Amino acid sequence: MDHRADLTELERRLLDRYQHGLPLSATPYADMAAALDVPEAEVLAALDRMQQLGVLSRVGPVFRTHAVGVSTLAAMAVPEARLDEVAAIVTSFAAVNHNYEREHRFNLWFVATAASDAELAEVLDKIEQLTDIKVMPLPMLEDYHIDLGFTLQWT
Amino acid sequence: MAAVLEPLCEGIDATDRRIVLATQAGLPRVSRPYHQLAADLGLTADEIMSRLQRMQRDGIIRRIGAVPNHYKLGFKGNGMSVWDVPDADVRVLGQRIGALESVSHCYHRPRHLPHWPYNLFAMVHGRDRVEVFMHVARIAELLGDSVRSHDVLFSTRILKKTGMRLLAE
Repeated sequence: MDHRADLTELERRLLDRYQHGLPLSATPYADMAAALDVPEAEVLAALDRMQQLGVLSRVGPVFRTHAVGVSTLAAMAVPEARLDEVAAIVTSFAAVNHNYEREHRFNLWFVATAASDAELAEVLDKIEQLTDIKVMPLPMLEDYHIDLGFTLQWT
Repeated sequence: MAAVLEPLCEGIDATDRRIVLATQAGLPRVSRPYHQLAADLGLTADEIMSRLQRMQRDGIIRRIGAVPNHYKLGFKGNGMSVWDVPDADVRVLGQRIGALESVSHCYHRPRHLPHWPYNLFAMVHGRDRVEVFMHVARIAELLGDSVRSHDVLFSTRILKKTGMRLLAE
């Protein structure tokens, strides 16, 4: 599952250098190739291979969370015996796009999105009604993250 | 999919939305990807690029880049660290924590007393839980006496993760 050792020098340099972004140009792959001093075909092949390995999700735009619409993180404290049943109910909502089990008394964590605050509140209300368990909404009040990307550790 | 997205996109118009949908899974892997998209969408490459640039300037797009899968690169630990700090200091402290390399998300969120006293959330990544705890210890050190209590929640199961990338990275 950890594919770091399988990557070539070129593949590592591509990830290191371009995870933070690439200039908007009509020929992005040729630009990468020129910067790394290799033929464009090698860059294209390296990106394809990394995507096959799964270490590269994609090359493209990264959209900011909360940029459009309304969304919130929410948590529920679900009795262990009901976890699967409640998780299935939460997951069944189209408005829910992430749903995680976490090790805590609050053991079910999900993100719900909607077009408006009223619609979002309706989704959370409905989940409470169907499960008979309180939903704790934790909307983002302020975002402090400065996106520098990760320093990838190759050893 | 377009029908679901329609009401969500207040900051972008119908053409932007088509570009978002056509690029959210990645750019075409050809020499001139924007020209290929232009042919597919009936637009010009210049228009696509200038719209992407505008969305980037408006903050709808964070960046255009190579997006690594950190899990497959050995970052197998991720813990949601949660902190109870004074509300008056949360912005200054959050900015300090949000700049750390081990932190991928850092948000101010409301408390729900008495069950949930935490108002600062930082998603911490490491190769394993031990490394995550080391990063959390470093955050505790940085926050110092401001911290009244904290916790780290590890995920044990992903029950749903859909690729609505327009809304969630």
